[in-house]
Amino acid sequence: MLNIINKSPMTSVTLDTCLNTAAGGDILLIEDAVYAATKGNAAEARLRQAMDQFKIYVLMPDLEARGLGDRLIDGISPVDYGGFVDLTSNNKTCQSWL
Amino acid sequence: MPNIEVAGKSYETDEEGYLVNLADWNTDVANYMAQTENITMTDSHWEVVNFLREYFEEYQIAPAVRVLTKAIGKKLGAEKGNSEYLYGLFPYGPGKQACKIAGLPKPTGCI
Amino acid sequence: MSDAKKFMFVNRKAPYGTIYALESLEVVLITAAFDQDVSLAFLDDGVYQLKKGQQTKGIEIKNFSPAYRALEDYDVEKLYVEKEAMDARGLTEDDFLVPVTVLSRAEMGKLMEEQDVVLSF
Repeated sequence: MLNIINKSPMTSVTLDTCLNTAAGGDILLIEDAVYAATKGNAAEARLRQAMDQFKIYVLMPDLEARGLGDRLIDGISPVDYGGFVDLTSNNKTCQSWL
Repeated sequence: MPNIEVAGKSYETDEEGYLVNLADWNTDVANYMAQTENITMTDSHWEVVNFLREYFEEYQIAPAVRVLTKAIGKKLGAEKGNSEYLYGLFPYGPGKQACKIAGLPKPTGCI
Repeated sequence: MSDAKKFMFVNRKAPYGTIYALESLEVVLITAAFDQDVSLAFLDDGVYQLKKGQQTKGIEIKNFSPAYRALEDYDVEKLYVEKEAMDARGLTEDDFLVPVTVLSRAEMGKLMEEQDVVLSF
């Protein structure tokens, strides 16, 4: 399953709940969730730990828009809009966590 | 909002003719609504209308036709819990017409 | 029913504070009317949607919680509550207005994987 997250980990438990509940698969961070993919943010350790269980992607246009394109945590894969589409078509199901 | 006049009193309805305030409902309004749907109310009609009002009171939703049919069958017997019987009473849809006469909103999922 | 898809509605928001809970319930009722295999999951604050004894007169918002009791009529009988979310809120199964199945996070995650469509609210 592809899990899409769009909330900052500092204002919402959505990412945490996804990491705790989902059985594995892909996670794509978009919109305000891209802050989770930046070095030194409060969710970094949690996200690094989750890399064993999930493959984590970030939507680069959203990260760049926020001035953080150069702070990406190693091990998180950057994708563009085309990559976003590939992720949705390569997974059988997709959950957009709200 | 369009209003309807029944027995000298004015009632608020939506653009499809459904009563806006559930509490406004009375038998005069029901008979008026039935008339606009070309239905002459009989005991059988009232049975369904009253059933719908009780259902709404209990669950706060107007049931989909399939659910209404099943629930009527359970409560009033299999000979009434089928679409043939219900459409016989309310030819343009028991959900749509009976709910309107019962003063309920249009059923959720009703197209 | 053989071509029915497995739909799961994931509810994670408390009622009344936002419109999500009510919107989810309406979509559930519509989906069920089309004879699909529907299940509901309650995570995080979503578990508050099922709390017994909601009294909304004072806030002048319609109390839609009785509608969860009508789900049975719509053949929606699979309601799952995440144990960790329930425990974290000081709730037990007795607090809910309908019978539910309590699942651990891991079991919930597995169940999500088995769905054809997952809609999050």
